[in-house]
Amino acid sequence: MSDNKTGNSPSRRAFLRGAAAAGAGALTTSTASAQTAEPLITEVQPWAREFGDGVDAVRYGLPIEHESDVVRRNVEWLTADTVSSINFTPIHALDGTITPQGCAFERHHSGAIDLKKEDYRLMINGLVDTPLVFSYADLERFPRENHVYFCECAANTGMEWAGAQLNGAQFTHGMIHNMEYTGVPLRTLLEEAGLDTAGDLKDKWVFVEGADASSNGRSIPMEKALDDVLVAFKANGEALRKEHGYPVRLVVPGWEGNMWVKWIRRIEVTDAPVESREETSKYTDVLDNGIARKWTWAMDAKSVVTSPSPQSPITHGTGPLVISGLAWTGRGTITRVDVSKDGGKTWETARLAKEGEKMALTRFYLDTEWDGSEMMLQSRAMDDTGYIQPSKAQLREVRGLNSIYHNNCIQTWLVRSNGEAENVEVS
Amino acid sequence: MLKFPKSTVLIAASVFLSNPAFAEKLGLGRAALPEEIAAWDTDVRPDGTGLPVGSGDALIGEEIFADQCAACHGDFAEGIDNWPKLAGGADTLDHEDPLKTVGSYWPYLSTAYDYIQRSMPYGNAGTLSDDDVYSIVAYILYSNDLIDDDFVLSNETFLDVEMPNAAGFIFDDRAQAEYSQWSGDPCMENCKAEVKVTMRAMVLDVTPEETKAEETTAVVDATPEPVEEVVVEVAAFDAELAKAGEKVFKKCKSCHQIGDGAKNKSGPVLNGIFDNTAGVVDGFKYSKVMRKAGEDGLVWSETELAAFLAKPKKYMKGTKMSFAGLKKEKDQLAIVEFLKSLED
Repeated sequence: MSDNKTGNSPSRRAFLRGAAAAGAGALTTSTASAQTAEPLITEVQPWAREFGDGVDAVRYGLPIEHESDVVRRNVEWLTADTVSSINFTPIHALDGTITPQGCAFERHHSGAIDLKKEDYRLMINGLVDTPLVFSYADLERFPRENHVYFCECAANTGMEWAGAQLNGAQFTHGMIHNMEYTGVPLRTLLEEAGLDTAGDLKDKWVFVEGADASSNGRSIPMEKALDDVLVAFKANGEALRKEHGYPVRLVVPGWEGNMWVKWIRRIEVTDAPVESREETSKYTDVLDNGIARKWTWAMDAKSVVTSPSPQSPITHGTGPLVISGLAWTGRGTITRVDVSKDGGKTWETARLAKEGEKMALTRFYLDTEWDGSEMMLQSRAMDDTGYIQPSKAQLREVRGLNSIYHNNCIQTWLVRSNGEAENVEVS
Repeated sequence: MLKFPKSTVLIAASVFLSNPAFAEKLGLGRAALPEEIAAWDTDVRPDGTGLPVGSGDALIGEEIFADQCAACHGDFAEGIDNWPKLAGGADTLDHEDPLKTVGSYWPYLSTAYDYIQRSMPYGNAGTLSDDDVYSIVAYILYSNDLIDDDFVLSNETFLDVEMPNAAGFIFDDRAQAEYSQWSGDPCMENCKAEVKVTMRAMVLDVTPEETKAEETTAVVDATPEPVEEVVVEVAAFDAELAKAGEKVFKKCKSCHQIGDGAKNKSGPVLNGIFDNTAGVVDGFKYSKVMRKAGEDGLVWSETELAAFLAKPKKYMKGTKMSFAGLKKEKDQLAIVEFLKSLED
């Protein structure tokens, strides 16, 4: 990852000013104190007089054009080429918890490949009784399950280790998505191949790899493989998207996204980890003394206010304000989220839209009144292990400044009296 | 085996207890054939398991590296632009911005072999022979001063190489180092005396802007003037030279596809590139400068192509092409002649 710190974006500021100005305008038309009757109401509008589109106008729909800014975005200076790169989910503009596939972040190591179901093969080999090959159709004949899980890249928020850098929740926290997966437990497939040959399973592993050129091989301890890992072929009810591993990907609940191997083609039962590129040179955490942590698979509890945020400023002026955000933990369920408006001096407990679900995103709201004064907005997640999301200072105290991955620090947005927000660090 | 947090151990225990009660098999799938397993099961482990019989040294590796790897990783494995640096960085891991290379960071040499044989060269993966892979790995070691140039790396000598950072890793210790500190009852009132903004993202200003409409639709009306001399150049086609150019093209093909069914990769498809306006291949996302150059009328004539390929980054500052350049004039001319032969 580059540490490029150049660049200049006057137009971004102009955009933000524009958003705030539009907000001031909106204030005059959207309140109950209109002085003159609104033509929108008193005059028959075209859409109320004429026909709309017939059915089949669009056989598979995209969001209406007015939502065309709700898209994945890339930070070009981060990587050398888009075939080995990442983009970001527009979390600042979404609500609820399910991420639509079409705007869910992508991470490729050698590009998103086109692999047809009929060309798909999954091999299970290594320390199994009978090495097997499954077709896609075979997978659909095993008993299957549905689960909602978040998938977070280990590098999410990684650019913020050394300081506030990217101005928007999409860029600071958008390497995450949350989908309902349909698939076969990995356990079922391993049992089909037979694990007697493996003997004592306690010190065994599975090595999983994809069909793309990067193959992105990773070693997963057998405990996890037999616990909740899914071999998934549907997300949010429909086929996986090409960019998320069509036709079949691995789902490794709560663990770093790099292990969720896309286009999965082979699962090998082994007696030791392979120590592949992605589990040694990458996705390991260098501490201050130069020693690196490895096998930091579980994603710790984390949260972020998605609105207001730099890309989602307050445009309605003072009065009722919904502060909204997301929380998640790879070690269980979210039990509570607190929100601070003063940079962490005082906290109020937010409302969870639904009870936390295991290894899935939880939506929180703080329904509040805004008096127009400056806020330093923070959120702090807690999970059912008793863990409390740490501040950036706390993380740095243990891990130093040289880490990239697994940054789950508390985020601060400075919201100004004009409603604009900025990514800042506070004392 | 590493220690898991207690809760995980409990789950794990229950998983293993149910071992005898494994579900009945459904009889789905078919037996994998030995040659199928051999084709896909190529992983190489730290103890050398999986290494094929073969050998190579840094001198042979240097040539292969120059052809196959240097376009992104640099002639000396020092890395170009944002592409990975494979050499250097010794003793930087405890400094600010450590340089993590094969030599300074990677704990196992097997990882390099495993990754190169399956995923490199980029855009043309899985095409290296076993001896090529040994040679490339040897060259990377040599570039990191970890072996001498007469050291022959093979399946037999592989474990003789000592990796400097082999002992530089610990297992996940968050349970001990962090979890106990960051739990309990969180503070709700008077948690800090004072809060100050200590850093602002807008000062750095590295957030991407929206692509502005005017950038993509700008000045197409400046019709490139037809250049008469180009006609002459097309007429003068040297088939022998083009054949030599095809060999030089090996340096390009990890990023550029040609011929029927060619697709844009890290670089655009090059069919019909000669004598065409710069920056116009359908569906390829060019650098701003390349797009602008095309809009300003740059046409890939013999002269322009040769100049670009000699020193891409000098010719066009800001180009996405990370290729270091063709030093020999002979190669430049040959490749231009080869590119002429590629019809759109």
